[in-house]
Amino acid sequence: MKTYIRAIASISPAPAKVGAPFGVPTVDEPQEQAAATLQAQGPGPLSNRLKAIEPDYSAYIDAKSIRRMSRIVKMGVAAAFQCLKEGKVAVPDAIITGTAYGCLGDTEVFLSRLIEQQEEALSPTAFIQSTHNTVGAQIALMLQCTGYNNTFVHRGFSFESALLDAVMLLQEGEAKTVLTGGLDEITDASHAILQRFGLYRQPAAGAGVTAATADGEGAIFFLLTSEPSGKDQAVLEGLDTFYKPENVEKKIDLFLSTHSIERTEIDLVLTSADYKHLCGDYPTASAFGLATAVGALGGAATGKPKRILIHNNYLNIHHSLMLVSAC
Amino acid sequence: MNSNPIYIAGLGLISAIGRNVAENLHALESGEAGMQAIKYLETAHRGEFPLAEVKLSNEELAALTGVVDGRGMAPVDVSRTALLSFIAAKEALASAGLQMDAGAPQPRLRLGMVSANTVGGMDKTEEFYRSFLKDRKKGKLRDVVLHECGSITEWVADRLGISDHLTTIDTACSSSANAIFFAARLIRHGFLDAAVAGGTDSLTRFTLNGFNTLMILDREYCTPFDEDRKGLNLGEGAGYVLLVSERVAASLKTAPLARLAGYCNRNDAYHQTASSPEGRGSFMAMQGALENSGLQPSDIDYINLHGTGTQNNDLAEGTAIKRLFDPLYPPMSSTKSFTGHTLGASGGIEAVFSALAVQKDLIYPNLRWRTAMKELPFTPNTGLIKDRPIRHVLSNSFGFGGNCSSLIISKP
Repeated sequence: MKTYIRAIASISPAPAKVGAPFGVPTVDEPQEQAAATLQAQGPGPLSNRLKAIEPDYSAYIDAKSIRRMSRIVKMGVAAAFQCLKEGKVAVPDAIITGTAYGCLGDTEVFLSRLIEQQEEALSPTAFIQSTHNTVGAQIALMLQCTGYNNTFVHRGFSFESALLDAVMLLQEGEAKTVLTGGLDEITDASHAILQRFGLYRQPAAGAGVTAATADGEGAIFFLLTSEPSGKDQAVLEGLDTFYKPENVEKKIDLFLSTHSIERTEIDLVLTSADYKHLCGDYPTASAFGLATAVGALGGAATGKPKRILIHNNYLNIHHSLMLVSAC
Repeated sequence: MNSNPIYIAGLGLISAIGRNVAENLHALESGEAGMQAIKYLETAHRGEFPLAEVKLSNEELAALTGVVDGRGMAPVDVSRTALLSFIAAKEALASAGLQMDAGAPQPRLRLGMVSANTVGGMDKTEEFYRSFLKDRKKGKLRDVVLHECGSITEWVADRLGISDHLTTIDTACSSSANAIFFAARLIRHGFLDAAVAGGTDSLTRFTLNGFNTLMILDREYCTPFDEDRKGLNLGEGAGYVLLVSERVAASLKTAPLARLAGYCNRNDAYHQTASSPEGRGSFMAMQGALENSGLQPSDIDYINLHGTGTQNNDLAEGTAIKRLFDPLYPPMSSTKSFTGHTLGASGGIEAVFSALAVQKDLIYPNLRWRTAMKELPFTPNTGLIKDRPIRHVLSNSFGFGGNCSSLIISKP
């Protein structure tokens, strides 16, 4: 059974083409995109932290909620709403999110005050919004969506688990439309801590941003359906995750044989190195990889690839494969 | 797809009322609650609230794991959440005869782990942050290695030799019910043959203070479904079931203990922390689980309530039960009157209690209950019942963010 990707909306560090805030860059001109990404960061030393380019939230969220919501919640809600708008679905049957870090901003606020105020006179706001399911819950609340709602929080598999849950729900007939997203934010504190672990080493001047050197973030949502609409962007043919695999190549061959596909039937393999210079490296960057692959699909008539295999690698611990093809 | 049965072949538990399944069962049968004055958690609120702590220090828990780690991080330095998870997950595997040591050759069956927790290694992050707040170059990095929820699952899975499929869920207090249900679907879809599924959470200052700001902590021992209930007691622990396919169940030396007959996940879509007064999400979750299992309300022999003891939860859950079950109510109780509310672990712990209920034909008491809630025509069960067969148990887990899930656990 096929899973159709009807719509995608992305908030990421990559500047969108033609000025749309939610677009996804194609792989056509990665170097130019990378240069533009750096330019968008403004003047200053070469950064190892890529910030998401955020849209004007007032188009999606009322003024009172904008003040109340943390940055990751706003990014998630706006990307989710834009995705539904583009897919022309008012309320999906299910909402599934994947986030490794969850709502870091509010977690840090509550933790800091807890320590500074010695557990006295704390306000509940930051605590309430610190749970990992806040974004999925807010979307459900705003849409009055009472359907299936789940949040995966497994490091470099968070988005893939959400996607797998969505595919299974569609196959089970439990849902016909599923809104699925991968989202994570960088905060000053998380960036400082991850750097101390030796991640995102400051690149030498002129070296450019590479997958290994930049911290990233983003909120990327997909509207998945079990029925074709005639306007779908791609078909998701399969996905799988591999935890600390000893032999990645063997896993890829097994994945292809499971899906009865020969290596020669893959037009393009998109690896982390092909897109992480655009979005930075973070646990749910695979969502950006999937969006980028879908943007690159075309088929024979367009001279673009018809079938793309995405191989995401997070810290060489979490490997995933996603197979997409043009409709 | 429900034509492929999913069996429960092993159980693992650690909570305030015991270090393993047998100790928990003994406490449930003898009516011994696990709350007491705070003894282990370092907090400014000592003496103010009771907690249902696991009665072991981190040193004692580390010793109980039996893990000897040559990888630079002694178990005693590991998050309490991971230690609790390891102890219960290992018991779940061992009780089904599936115990594996890391490095030992994997059996042919594909074994996964779907776990849940709500704040990862926050207990250690709190230590780190104290130093880090003063100076961003300070704080021991080893204290944040397991900060992420998923790293807790990986620490345990690595040491139990589980690697075929790993994931972690956080939907607040319904997390581990969703983990069990997701694992069952992975087996049904053919991704796995067996999975350790459930959840873990240790007490932290973060959660204690968070719930305190919401003003829903009872300063006495909690009294779920009582007219005069004043809130919840927080607890800690871990609970896992070993789920297996029909094929694996047939190959085990011992018969399966129970069957996961139904499940449903719905959202209340009412408020970030509060439940709708009519329990919209709870009603849909229970109704959906019944539909999913092909059972009628009259088939349910016992309801293991979410029953936190807060004004809001018990009214919402009770109203939803009234709508679904009226006028014939099965016996019901909240075992949180024993274990406290263990948050991300509660669905796992209560799934184990539910499996024991069908295996041993037991209905547990709702401790300390005195007065009927004026809005409800039914009251919880207050004594241990062991005089009838328990065929089907409905277990409820509802959480922040409107996340509501119900499981149905039946005789195999």
